Amino acid sequence: MSALCPAPLHEDEVVLLGHGAGGRLSAELLDRLILPALDGGPGPMEDAALLPGYRELVMSTDSFVVSPLFFPGGDIGSLAVHGTVNDLAMRGAWPLALSVSFIAEEGLPLTELRSVAVSLGKAAQQVGVPVITGDTKVVGRGAADRLFVNTTGIGRRHGSLHPSAALARPGDAVLLSGPIGLHGITVLSTREGLGFEADIASDTRPLHRLVAALAPLGAAVHVLRDPTRGGLAAALNEIARDSRVAVEIEEPAVPVPQAVASACDMLGLDPLVVANEGCLVAFVTADAAEEALTALRSLPEGARAVRIGEVLPEGPAARVTLRTLVGARRIVDMPLGEQLPRIC
Amino acid sequence: MKYLDEYRDPVLARRLLDELRATATRPWRIMEVCGGQTHTLVRQGIDELLPAGMRMIHGPGCPVCVTPLETLDRAVVIAARPGVILTSFGDMLRVPGTRTDLLSLRARGADVRVVYAPMDAVRLASAHPDRQVVFLAVGFETTAPANAMAVLHAARLGLPNFTMLVSHVLVPPAMTALLQDPACEVQAFLAAGHVCAVMGWREYEPIAAHYRVPIVVTGFEPLDLLEGILMAVAQLEAGRYEVENQYARAVRRTGNTAAQDAVRRVFRVTDRSWRGIGHLPSSGLELAQEYSRFDAARRFRVDGLRPAEDAECIAGAVLTGAKLPTDCPAYGTRCTPRHPLGAPMVSSEGTCAAFHAAGRTRTRSTT
Repeated sequence: MSALCPAPLHEDEVVLLGHGAGGRLSAELLDRLILPALDGGPGPMEDAALLPGYRELVMSTDSFVVSPLFFPGGDIGSLAVHGTVNDLAMRGAWPLALSVSFIAEEGLPLTELRSVAVSLGKAAQQVGVPVITGDTKVVGRGAADRLFVNTTGIGRRHGSLHPSAALARPGDAVLLSGPIGLHGITVLSTREGLGFEADIASDTRPLHRLVAALAPLGAAVHVLRDPTRGGLAAALNEIARDSRVAVEIEEPAVPVPQAVASACDMLGLDPLVVANEGCLVAFVTADAAEEALTALRSLPEGARAVRIGEVLPEGPAARVTLRTLVGARRIVDMPLGEQLPRIC
Repeated sequence: MKYLDEYRDPVLARRLLDELRATATRPWRIMEVCGGQTHTLVRQGIDELLPAGMRMIHGPGCPVCVTPLETLDRAVVIAARPGVILTSFGDMLRVPGTRTDLLSLRARGADVRVVYAPMDAVRLASAHPDRQVVFLAVGFETTAPANAMAVLHAARLGLPNFTMLVSHVLVPPAMTALLQDPACEVQAFLAAGHVCAVMGWREYEPIAAHYRVPIVVTGFEPLDLLEGILMAVAQLEAGRYEVENQYARAVRRTGNTAAQDAVRRVFRVTDRSWRGIGHLPSSGLELAQEYSRFDAARRFRVDGLRPAEDAECIAGAVLTGAKLPTDCPAYGTRCTPRHPLGAPMVSSEGTCAAFHAAGRTRTRSTT
């Protein structure tokens, strides 16, 4: 082969791993290809959708392709329950029912499939949500990587909670329910054998009880979001964009566990773009901030909740800034496409 | 693991900044050589808090950025051949070659893999005796010892299917080249702590003496950089030009002699073209004769390479500190991390990527 024809010119003609990373590339794929094909209407992209015709019902679906299937703190089964339960919760909903689909690769040991199924059942039981329907498919060797899982959920909103990514308002306090970066770094470290997984575990956990604890605050809760793929940076940028506000966070206030910080340093990653599966961001009115923090801290999963920033009274819409340790200000951009594929 | 908090203390950082403002009486120009330092400076906004008029000039220390286009094009051709597994560090995969980058090649079916250490590539070669495993070995003196160890290990195992495409570069010749340029504005250097952890700082002493330029071996955390800058400014104010060591917790004058021995065994010094900068004599490493069987450039004959840079990219001027990324008309518009025209917009150590990630715009960084 000659050097003059090594490859076609444009990378854009095929799906890249980055298209699935929850950043700018993912948004492009949705906006330019998928939504137009589905006749998707305008409006913010939320974690879960209102079920047309039912004011209090929300629905969400998520597919899980994490590799490896088992990692410290969880596995693809528990993750599949938590992921969908959390997406429902971010619209202020309590989960009512789940469906589960398995796509298994020929040759997957039955013991592993059983472990995943048992873990999934246990996670659903702990959440208190029944799995009411499901499906199992098997594909030939090489047509899938061991096991993929899809879950779909329906939830009912707490009467007073109607959070949306479009509802952040100037003056809102930005709260974070726990430390960031644990899930992404744990999965990456386990998969690549980097050794950090000895010190940390994924934060995968259900967040619906935290949301229930916020329910008494009602309309003071403007936005809820779990910063999964693309991390805190993507979640805040989506909120700033959909609410047309400027968000500012304080770097020293953002809790980054030491092991995550070390791993990020070594790998050249920004903890702000690393995925989480067990924390949420809440935008609440400034006068409700203390009450919201107390509510979050009343549960183990929110024990380390902190205030990390605010929606600026005025400022360029759709912009997220960070006050650095030394007091300078920098922009936190929407991640392009994470360098950690298949973390959920 | 506690070290991170200690070197990121906001109170100490502000104290160092105050001290810097009290010490600096002139608009000094200091170059941080290493791209890792550039990223800390820009991420933390340290360069924007310096005393009025004082400026950091961002240096050429981004290994991915200075890897010659021809090497990258060669890697692309080799990776496209059947039976080859091409391995490298993640950054390298997105760097635009003349026609494509390695990541796009992977999306089209080539077996291109990210590794975290060169030994991973040796393990891959062991595990896949039927495949040719090529490691794209780039970097400064920092990564040379690990790459040397990988070659020595492959030699011990007698692996016939492991090779390296070597494009190692050396820091001191680049500093000398910058200083010899009559347009050079640099009055002091922050030397790269990691490079010096391997090499020590003896080879910087003649540079400091000959060009009368202070050199401070500096670490990578915010407090390291602030202290390094303060030490450089103190020298400038006092009219001294010595090599000083800010990064004492990791670096000694003689460096890591065992690592240096491994490098000397496996590699030899050679002339090297630096992407964006040009040909610099005795500025790189290539495999020594004894290990030339591990040279991918020899094993895979690649003819007819015609590397051509994007006409608009000003990477060379950015790498030498002559221009800021925001001086480039393509910055943030035709050139973004999504569609990079040049390597500094890709690498996690590239100055353009550092500026872009921090949301720097033309008006903001030139005022």
